[in-house]
Amino acid sequence: MKILVCISNVPDTTSKINFTADNSAFDTTGVQFVINPNDEFGLTRAMWFKEKQGATVHVANVGPATTEPAIRKALAIGADEAFRVDAEPTDGFFVAQQLAEVVKNGGYDLVIAGRESIDYNGGMVPGMLATLLDMNFVNNCIGLEVDGTSATASREIDGGKETLSTSLPLVIGGQKGLVEESDLRIPNMRGIMMARKKKLEVLAPAAATNATKDTSFEKPAPKGAVKMVDADNMAELVNLLHNEAKVI
Amino acid sequence: MSVLVYTESENGALRKNAFEVASYGYAVAQQMGSSVTAISINASDADTLGTYGVAKVLNASGAGLESFNAKNYADVIAQAVQKEGASVIVVSSSTDAKYLAPILAAKLQAGYAPNVVAAPSSTAPFTVKRTAFSNKGFANTEITTDNKVVGVSGNAFGAIENPTTAQVEAFSPDMSSADTATKSVEVDKVSGKVTIADADTVVSGGRGLKGPENWGMVEELAEVLGAATACSKPVSDLGWRPHSEHVGQTGKPVASNLYIAIGISGAIQHLAGVSASKVKVVINTDPEAPFFKAADYGVVGDAFEVVPKLIEKLKEFKAQNG
Ligand SMILES: Cc1cc2nc3c(=O)[nH]c(=O)nc-3n(C[C@H](O)[C@H](O)[C@H](O)COP(=O)(O)OP(=O)(O)OC[C@H]3O[C@@H](n4cnc5c(N)ncnc54)[C@H](O)[C@@H]3O)c2cc1C
Ligand SMILES: Nc1ncnc2c1ncn2[C@@H]1O[C@H](COP(=O)(O)O)[C@@H](O)[C@H]1O
Repeated sequence: MKILVCISNVPDTTSKINFTADNSAFDTTGVQFVINPNDEFGLTRAMWFKEKQGATVHVANVGPATTEPAIRKALAIGADEAFRVDAEPTDGFFVAQQLAEVVKNGGYDLVIAGRESIDYNGGMVPGMLATLLDMNFVNNCIGLEVDGTSATASREIDGGKETLSTSLPLVIGGQKGLVEESDLRIPNMRGIMMARKKKLEVLAPAAATNATKDTSFEKPAPKGAVKMVDADNMAELVNLLHNEAKVI
Repeated sequence: MSVLVYTESENGALRKNAFEVASYGYAVAQQMGSSVTAISINASDADTLGTYGVAKVLNASGAGLESFNAKNYADVIAQAVQKEGASVIVVSSSTDAKYLAPILAAKLQAGYAPNVVAAPSSTAPFTVKRTAFSNKGFANTEITTDNKVVGVSGNAFGAIENPTTAQVEAFSPDMSSADTATKSVEVDKVSGKVTIADADTVVSGGRGLKGPENWGMVEELAEVLGAATACSKPVSDLGWRPHSEHVGQTGKPVASNLYIAIGISGAIQHLAGVSASKVKVVINTDPEAPFFKAADYGVVGDAFEVVPKLIEKLKEFKAQNG
């Protein structure tokens, strides 16, 4: 089985988010970038398929050279080879078209992406990619087993989970649950050394179009002060929730 | 050039988000000088959409549509788009809608803007405001393609009444090339319980509750309020509560009217996922807990004392106010 794990490079979850002075762009000054958390779960699941089922695991990112530390980290965790499509990931549709070329050329059976990137929260690349390639697709995937060309996947639904039977070639939008938090891989020294020698191929972008454009950004309005209620006066809290906040 | 809204149903009844997307669609149609058509699948109460300004409903059902299949449902919506000549398609932010929307967008060569919180600021160019960076910011996004898919955030725009009479038409889509490769095998869902996605109120517990045996009061509080129960990430990682209750940046998003956080410190990743809730109440022993900075109402105190008292007062309130 040949697996492609798509990784996006996003601000660390603890980052403060600021925009440039004219609000036209995300201000990356002082921001630490990491592999998108949803993709870390996917990458760890891919490592399991590699170790238990002899899968080959490649990773791909669409981004400028500054994303290479994240790609190297994925190689250090154990991916065999990597591709970077040398283009700004300007919108989800554009990224999906770029990744579709990588998948077509590489003949992958399984594409593991994340349910969403935590930066622009598009949640669209995996579904668009699957549709462009006419592959099966399971989103919000929290469990995946593959047996030959058949696959059993579970997905989160509102209020519970659903088990699906499907088949390769398959794209998933993965998230926590795909593997347990405690199973997430951290690169070790040996992995880091080996990653330096692994292939990281830079590809020229394919011709592709955009469908959206972020024209400006805003920060949320500052929050009003919290109103403290005495722990012995829950009647007052009920009163405030009813008469002031009008939520009960 | 009508506006098409996909109104979801469950067990034959429209979901709350159906009325929100209908209301949103009506607002867009008003701006564009057109009307709203809804596409529903297996809804038996589709006529109620008229209350929210929907003039026409295409109600689809049939082989291949008995249960949710993202490709097939996206295909039905795409056929409705074609039939109606719609250019703007509005969907919700439910798990199912977020599953099918990118498929639909790619099929229609449409741009897709998810997590939209307000009516378009302009329809030419078509620009919408949406949350980004896990609620730490907003993006004004222009959809530049002819067809446009808008995903409306739950509880952001609201259900707004604009009564009209909805003409309900049976719609028989061509399912000859239906997807049969991906099939539902089992649905594991607690029935009769309000879900985090649909709940007006969410009651959430953190590691401060010490152990799973202490969730009785959380459930009782939720029951009194007709609320869904949720938890912080470590609580689900520790196996105290099911993963499906984990909320936050890496869990489910919450956008309820009222969010009550009990024994949750308010880490940035937790806040990122719940800050879209309108009113937040925090109960925590530590007055320095970061969550208080993001709260509307705060109670410094031991949950094991505060929560039972709150339940008692709420019961009294309910008894008086029906
Ligand atoms: C990449 C990444 C993603 C993450 N995603 C998420 C996410 O999606 N959701 C999420 O929740 N977390 C997430 N986290 C974890 C997050 O950083 C915090 O560790 C977590 O939210 C803390 O959970 P908690 O508040 O329940 O526990 P704690 O931080 O241990 O807080 C417990 C709180 O309970 C209070 N307390 C103790 N006893 C009592 C009592 N008797 N009565 C009242 N209060 C009491 C304490 O004062 C304390 O404030 C993520 C972390 C990372 C690194
Ligand atoms: N620039 C990118 N390069 C590679 N994969 C990406 C990129 N952007 C998004 N993805 C993949 O698509 C998933 C969903 O991203 P998004 O649609 O941007 O929310 C991510 O978790 C990644 O797996």
